[in-house]
This record gives sequence, structure tokens and C-alpha cells, in this order.
Amino acid sequence: MVPELNGKKLLLQGNEAMVEGAIAAGCRFYAGYPITPASEISERMSYRLPQVDGTFIQMEDEISSLGAVIGASLAGVKSMTATSGPGFSLMQENLGYACMTEVPCVIVNVMRGGPSTGLPTSPAQGDVMQARWGTHGDHPIIVLSVASVSECFSIIVTAFNLSEKYRVPVIVLSDEVVAHSRETFTIPPADSIEVVDRIAPNVPPEWYKPYEDNSRGVPTMSSMGDGYRHHVTGLVHDADGFPTDKPEDIEAFTKRQFKKITNGFFEIQITKKFNLEDAEIVVIAYGSVARSARHAVAMARAQGIKAGLIQLVTIFPFPKNTVVNVMRQCKAVLVPEMNMGQISREVKRVNPGTTEVFKYNRIDGQLITPQEIFEEIQKI
Amino acid sequence: MPKGMTELRHKYLRHHKKFPHVWCSGCGNGIVLGALIRAIERLKLKKDDIVLASGIGCSGRMPTYVDFNTVHTTHGRALTFATGIKLAKPSLNVIAVMGDGDATAIGGNHFIHAARRNLDLTAIIINNQIYGMTGGQASPTTPYGANSTTSSFSNIEHAFSIAELAVAAGASFVARGTVYHAAQLDKLIEKGIRKNGFSVVEIMSNCHVQFGRRNNMGDPVTMLNWFKEHAISKVNGSSIPPDSLDDNFTIGILADVDKPDYIAEYQKIRQMAKGK
Repeated sequence: MVPELNGKKLLLQGNEAMVEGAIAAGCRFYAGYPITPASEISERMSYRLPQVDGTFIQMEDEISSLGAVIGASLAGVKSMTATSGPGFSLMQENLGYACMTEVPCVIVNVMRGGPSTGLPTSPAQGDVMQARWGTHGDHPIIVLSVASVSECFSIIVTAFNLSEKYRVPVIVLSDEVVAHSRETFTIPPADSIEVVDRIAPNVPPEWYKPYEDNSRGVPTMSSMGDGYRHHVTGLVHDADGFPTDKPEDIEAFTKRQFKKITNGFFEIQITKKFNLEDAEIVVIAYGSVARSARHAVAMARAQGIKAGLIQLVTIFPFPKNTVVNVMRQCKAVLVPEMNMGQISREVKRVNPGTTEVFKYNRIDGQLITPQEIFEEIQKI
Repeated sequence: MPKGMTELRHKYLRHHKKFPHVWCSGCGNGIVLGALIRAIERLKLKKDDIVLASGIGCSGRMPTYVDFNTVHTTHGRALTFATGIKLAKPSLNVIAVMGDGDATAIGGNHFIHAARRNLDLTAIIINNQIYGMTGGQASPTTPYGANSTTSSFSNIEHAFSIAELAVAAGASFVARGTVYHAAQLDKLIEKGIRKNGFSVVEIMSNCHVQFGRRNNMGDPVTMLNWFKEHAISKVNGSSIPPDSLDDNFTIGILADVDKPDYIAEYQKIRQMAKGK
């Protein structure tokens, strides 16, 4: 018998919670290749998906994994893969294909130290800019991050929902701390989880234009085999889906890709705010570092320091408005990251000019503790 | 017997949208496409139930022209997309058309693993022994001693034997034909699609523009005659691959074995997972 997990309190790793979140979001296809520290996602998928009439397949590499994921999504099944830095590098080719063809799918990257084989079992956040710009060509992308086991569940659901709604691949960045930490977590009842599905065409097949613009900039999406035969290509294509080299078609295509994401900023750009009302020093953090930062802010408050935190759940599109509004109010911003400073560059880029931006970086394979962030706040 | 060509054209081609095609005059790809259409007509498959996936190169453009569910994927990756499509919707007939460089260089790993995995896909590999679209560079099937734009003096590498590779990797059905033997090609493709399991049909085809011109066969007729004169039917025993410009090679069915395909096997896994 398949165990009923909804409403159950479980002791789960972040990686395992991601699997449960994905299944709750409707994911029924997973293709992956073993890689530390993401392998538990494949392992749990391999026994959970067949229980719910889904399909797990272990592919020959990460290139094929994402290829299969895109194929399954084209055939109408919500699909996902998970990997770490080296595998994410291999996926960039087909990630671009998913962007170009607007195929919904979710890609989890449990980051490790890099570049190359790097530090397979140590936490790092070095793939932030690769998630944004890893595949070639101009493209918008949605990148989310997780800071706890419960977020591994809930943010995967959000990732699928945004992916389906906007027809884009969504990347979820995790790190080794979140992936392998075990926490008790109650799986929410299925009816309490909002699940969004892609919108199918409602016109006769002969009228269907698979890449036609509309008010949202997100074309409706048919599934292979449901009568809306059309062409899908990684070449720049017109509204009918066929390759085009007409300048007006090319420009319209690319601008629509950006328009649809810009239109959705209000719901795509997710942040969590802590103690910001009177904050003079604001920490901006994401992933496991955000969790340490939350504790550090509490430590600072206990010492009478007016500290606050913006946790970036959405990293890209970068939540510029939220960050700028907070920066206008505070005196200094601290950006702790387990890399040489990738999001601190974004923060500096949007700085309205009134706030000092401090960095705190660890690149030695060690997590950032609350005490370290607290000490940095004190220095400011 | 299939209907007249005009009727088939109107039924299967995106004739009012996507023609003229990009292929050179006399290209073998058109013969392959014709054979594929005739095979599908004989199988009486619904167009809605057919997926034609391709990679990159001249072969990669084939799906553009036919009125199926078509997907032009990344270079070498057609079989990976096909794998996801078939697993997500097993009722679809999924066919991947690839070139020799596409399937056995950049996509070589996917090719052998698809054969090993035995998912019910049909791989049609058009082997013209050259990278045609990019201008005639040596491919993994360019014969030893042949000329190309990246082996200007002589090709010192040895050719992959695609069909033999597929047999060794575990494909359920493997055949080789040529664009000269078009009537046989219809049947080989038909059998490949019909086969439950991973099927490979390697098709020797002419790229007289990029391969032939540099190897004393600069027009389609000379190349087709070369296929006519060098292809011999496989009767018994081992096959001879087309890896030399001087020797004969075998065509026909190289392997036809029955074993459970991946979807049948996975259905058992689902039952086990549910504790039934």
C-alpha cells in the first residue's frame, strides 16, 4: 500500500522534502543523474513517483536528463530534474532550449563549491550568476532559493506554479546545508496547496498558434497527442512555431519573453521581511545563510542594534523594488554569501546611492553561522 | 499499396507552409522522408499520434516539413527528448531522425544508452558520412582515407559502424538500407516503427555536395550508383559495415529480437511500488 503522507509529521532532509513538494505540485516525471549533494532527490523520486503513477528515469548524464524532462513536459506531464554545479553546467544547453521553446520545467541545483568538481560535499552559493546567465543568449529566467526543509517543500510548489503559469524553466537553488539538514515537517493537506496548471488552447486546432502573443505574453500550451499538431524548435520562431529570420518576428519574440516575466513581477519576486520597520542595518541573504541571518538579527536586536533582514526567496528576476525601498530607509546593508560576492553585486547595482553596502563572504566550504553575521553587524 | 504521391504529399506535408525546403537538389533526405511517409501510411497511424523528433543538421530540418507533432531539439539530443515524450505519453509513436554526426558524435552516448534501455522508440539515422550543413567536415562515419574539409589530405580516423554499434548496444531491431533501395527502405522503417522496443534504421544517403564532390562522386547519380554497386543483401552470418569507399557493405535486417520494452518493465515497477 502507498503510505498517505498528507498531514503527516515527518523527519525529512531538505532533499526529501523537495520530492514531496514536487509530487504535491503535480510533478509526475523526473529524470536525473547521480551527483552529490543532490542524489537523495533522485533516490526518493525513484520510489515515490511509481507509487503515484509517475515515471522516474535515471539518464546517462545531465544533458539527457534535462532533454527528457523537456520532452515529458511537451507531452503534458509536469517534470523536474535535480543536480549540482557540474551537472548544472551540462544542463545549460537544454536550459536554453526550454527558455526558447517556453517549456515549463523545474531544475533544482543543490550548490557545491566550484568551479569544476570543486567541493562536492561542502556548502556554497557559487552558482547564482550561472543560474541567471549560464545559458547563452538573452533570456529571462526565474531563480528561487530555499532556506529550510519546509521551504524545500513550499518553494518547489511555487517553482512549479510559476513555471506552468509563465511557461519558463524555473531554477531552485539549494545548498548543502539545507539539502542534508533533517527537520520535522508536517506535509500540508493536499487541498491546502494551491496548484497551477498551464492553460491549454481552447480554439479549434486549425486556429492554434503555439507562440501567439496575448495580454499576458504567455501563449496557451497544448500537449503532444491532443490534436494541436505543431512544430517546436530551438531556432527563433514565429507565432506558428516555425523558424524565422524576419527581424520584426525576432524582436517581437525576444521582447515577449521579457514582457511576460516583467508583467508578473508582483507575484514572481518573493521576499520575506524581518524587523525592517525601524531597521538601520539590513541584512540581505538567501538560502541557508538567510536562516543564520535571521538568528543574527535577533541577536543584534537583543543588544539594542536596529537590525533587519530581507530574505530573497526569488533571486531572479532580482527583487529590485523591495530592496531599493528598504535601502532608502536604512543606513547600511550587509550581504553575507557563500561565494565571492554575487548577489552583493546586484545589491550594489540597484543601490539608490544613499546606503553603504557591506559584504561578508565565505568560500572555504564552511557555512556562515549566526555569530559571524552578528559580529559583522556589530562592526558596521 | 500507398496512395499516389500527390495525395500523400497533401496528407502528410506542411506543403502550403514550409516549402521549398532547405535541402540541396538531389539530396537523399527527401527519399528518406518519402519512405517514412509511405511507411506511416501503410501503418495507418493517426498524425496526432506521431511525434517526429530531430537534432541539428540537415536531417534536423525534416520535422519542419511534416504534419505531425514535431520537435527540433538540440544537437545530438533528439533521443533524450524522445525518451521523455514516450515515457510521459506511451500511446504516442515516437520517431527520432538524426544524422551520423548528430547520432554518433555529439549524441553517441544517448544513442547507445537508448539502445541499452530498450524504450519503444524508432531511431532513423541518415548516414551521409559527413557534416553537410556546416560545410563538409569529417564525421564519425567518414571512411578512412576519404577527404573532407577537416581532413583535407586524408581521413586518418576509422568509421563507426552505426548499425553494428546499435546491435552491440542492445537495440531490439536494427536494419540498414540505402536511399537507392527506396522500396526496401519503406519496409525497414515500417518494421522499425512496428517493433516494440528500441529500433534503429541506418540509411546510407548521398551528400554529393559536401562528401561526393571531395571524393570523386560529385553528383547524386554517381553516389546512388555507388550504393547500388556496393550494397549487398545480408543473408547469414556477420554484416559488413559501410566503412570503406572500396568495399561492399550489407543492407537488410541485422537484428530482430524480442525482449520486454522499458514501458512494460516500468509498469511492473509501479505495481511493486504500490505493494501489489
